[in-house]
Amino acid sequence: MELGQMQGRLAEFTKSLYMEGILDAQFLQLQQLQDESNPDFVVEVVSLFFEDSEKLLNDIARALDQQSVDFKRVDAHVHQLKGSSASVGAQRVKNACVAFRNCCEEQNVEGCLRCLQQVKQEHYLVKNKLETLFRLEQQIVAAGGSVPMAEMTF
Amino acid sequence: MENGFPSTRNDSFPAGLRVLVVDDDPTWLKILEKMLKKCSYEVTTCGLARDALNLLRERKDGYDIVISDVNMPDMDGFKLLEHVGLEMDLPVIMMSVDGETSRVMKGVQHGACDYLLKPIRMKELRNIWQHVFRKKIHEIRDIEGHESFEGIQISRNGSDLSDDGHMFCGEDMTSIKKRKDFDNKYDEKDLGDHSSSKKHRVVWSVDLHQKFVKAVNQIGFDKVGPKKILDLMNVPWLTRENVASHLQKYRLYLSRLQKESDLKASFGGIKHPDMHLKDPAGSFGLQSSINTNQNDVANEHMPDTKKTLNADNPDPQETSSHMSFDHSFATLGSEVNYEAFDCHIWNEAPKIELKREHKPLLQLEDGFSQLPPCAPEHHVKTDKLHPVPSVTSGLSLTARDGNRVSHVSPKKCAIESFPIQSKGHMVVNHQSYEPVSTAISSMKPQGFNLSCLTDFDYCQRNLKASDSTLAPFNETACLLQGDFHNKYFGLPNIEFTDCNDPSFIAEIPVHWYDTLTSDYECPLDPTEYSIFDQGLFIA
Repeated sequence: MELGQMQGRLAEFTKSLYMEGILDAQFLQLQQLQDESNPDFVVEVVSLFFEDSEKLLNDIARALDQQSVDFKRVDAHVHQLKGSSASVGAQRVKNACVAFRNCCEEQNVEGCLRCLQQVKQEHYLVKNKLETLFRLEQQIVAAGGSVPMAEMTF
Repeated sequence: MENGFPSTRNDSFPAGLRVLVVDDDPTWLKILEKMLKKCSYEVTTCGLARDALNLLRERKDGYDIVISDVNMPDMDGFKLLEHVGLEMDLPVIMMSVDGETSRVMKGVQHGACDYLLKPIRMKELRNIWQHVFRKKIHEIRDIEGHESFEGIQISRNGSDLSDDGHMFCGEDMTSIKKRKDFDNKYDEKDLGDHSSSKKHRVVWSVDLHQKFVKAVNQIGFDKVGPKKILDLMNVPWLTRENVASHLQKYRLYLSRLQKESDLKASFGGIKHPDMHLKDPAGSFGLQSSINTNQNDVANEHMPDTKKTLNADNPDPQETSSHMSFDHSFATLGSEVNYEAFDCHIWNEAPKIELKREHKPLLQLEDGFSQLPPCAPEHHVKTDKLHPVPSVTSGLSLTARDGNRVSHVSPKKCAIESFPIQSKGHMVVNHQSYEPVSTAISSMKPQGFNLSCLTDFDYCQRNLKASDSTLAPFNETACLLQGDFHNKYFGLPNIEFTDCNDPSFIAEIPVHWYDTLTSDYECPLDPTEYSIFDQGLFIA
C-alpha cells in the first residue's frame, strides 16, 4: 500500500473512532500535545492507561467476588477508572463507568457484575482500536511518511 | 537562595512557574506534566500526597503552586489542601473528574483557589499563574492593611511614618513594596487600597488560641458562638469576626480529627500512622513529640499549654517528631519545619529554647538596646539550626488545635527561626520567642512564603550587620511577614496606634532585633516568619 493510501486509511479510521464515540476530544488533545521532543507521547500515555486500567479491572472483579461486597471500595475503583479513561479520551469506557457507579450506589451485586462486563467490553474494544491505530501510524512512519494531525471536522 | 519566582522570573512571568502536580493516576500525571511543560512551567510530579507534602516541606520556597487530584488513595485531596494551605500557604488547585457541586463546594471551603474538571484543557492550565499572582498581591495588601488598622494611620507611602522614629514600618513597607521583586508591580495598586476598614489579619498566637480553646471548652462546644467566645476570651482587640472565622477553622480541624480517629478505630489503628503524625492528629503527635523533644523547654515555658494540649488530645498520637500541623493557624512554615526538624532541633537546641523563654518579649520600651544581648545564645545553635530555621517556627505553630499550637510554638520559634548567626539566618530572639510563638500559632500563613521572601530580601538589604538602631529592625520586623504585620498591626487598635508607637516596637520580639543585626539570608522559611509573628504580638 502506498503512503498516500495508508494515510487516507488512517484518517478514515480515526474519524470513525470519533464518530462512534469510542474516542473523544481528549484523545485529540493528546495528539496535539505530542511533539518532536516527545514523538511517542500518545503511545506512552495510552500504554500507561491500559496497564493501570487492567489492574483496576482486576481489582474490581476481585472486590465483586467477595462474600460480602464492599461497594465503597468497588465504587472507588470505578471512579478511578473513570478518571483514567477520561484522560485518554476513552469515552465509552468512561460512560460505562458512570453507569457502573450507579449500580454501586444501589448496592446491587448482579447489576454491578453486568456493569463490569460492559466496562470490560468497552475497554477491550478501545484497546483494539487503538492498537490498530498505532499500527497504521507505524506503517506510515516506516514508509517514510508523517502522520497527519487529526482534525475534528465533524 | 532564590526568592521564589518573582525575583528571578519577573520578566518572563509566568514562564518558569514552579508547579507541583499530585495525582495518583499515572496516566493523568504524565499528561498534566506534558501540558504544563507546554505552558513553559517547571513541573514536578508526585503520585502520593504524602510525597508531595514531603517535597513541599523540604523545599519551602520550591514551589509556587500545587495542583492536586481530589481522590487519592493515601490521603484525601482536601486534607492535602488543608495541609498545604496551613503549612506553606501556597495556592492549591483541585482537580477531579467529578464535578458535582458539593465536591466543588468542599474544595472551596477547604481553601482551594480553583477547581478544575477533568479532562483539563490547555487553556485552563495556562491561566493558573493568576492564582499565584493574586496571592502575592494579597500579601502586599495585607502588609499594608495592617497599617491601616483602625487607629493606625500609616500612609502607604510611609510619609506619615517618616516623621517618627516609629515609622520604620511604614517606610519599610513602602520601600519593600518598591522593591523590585514583585512589589513594583503591585505597588501602585496596593497603595491605593488603604482604608481603615480593611480587614486585618489576626495572628492567632499560641496564647491566643489557648484562650480561645479554653473559652470554647468553658462554654461547651455545642453551645459555642463567636460572641460568647469573644466575651470569655477578654481580648480587647479581637473582633467577633476574627473569632468567628477562627471558630470555623477550628471546627473543620476538629471534624477532621474526629474522622481520623474514627477511621483509626475502624482500621484498628493501622491506618496510615504517618497520617496521624502529619495530620491534625499529628498535632497531637506534635505535642507529644514536642514534649518529648523539648521536655524541659516546653515544660518550662508552657506548663499551661501543655495541659491544654493534653486535655484536648485524646488521641494517643504517636510521639513522632512529626508535628503535623494541619492546624490552620499555624503558619505553614512552622508546621513544616517542625515536622522535619522538630526532633532535630529540639535535640540540638534545647538550650536555646530555654534561654529564649527567659527573656521577656517586651523590653523595648525605650529603644531596643536590649535586644542584642539575647542573640548570642541563639547564635550558638544557629549553626545547627541553620538548615532548619523553620523548625522553630514549626514548633510554635503547629497544633491544629489551639491547644497544641500554643505549646509548641513558643518553644520552637525561639530557637529555630532566628538563628542569629551571620549565616544569614534570621536571628530570632529567643527571648521574645515565647510570646511570639503563641501569636504565630494562629497565623494563617497566607502568602507566607511570598511575604517572607519579600521581606527577607528587604531585610537583607536593609539590615546591615549589627545595626542596633531600631529603625532597621523595626522595618524588618514590620516587613518580615506580611502576616505578621497584619496580625500585629491590624489586630487591635489598642495595641498600637501606629508604627511609630514605641510600644509597638517594643512588642517586636527581641529576636527581631537580633535578626537585624545579623545578616541573614532571606527568604525565611515560612516557619520563621511565623515565629516572628508570634514574637511580634503577644496578646
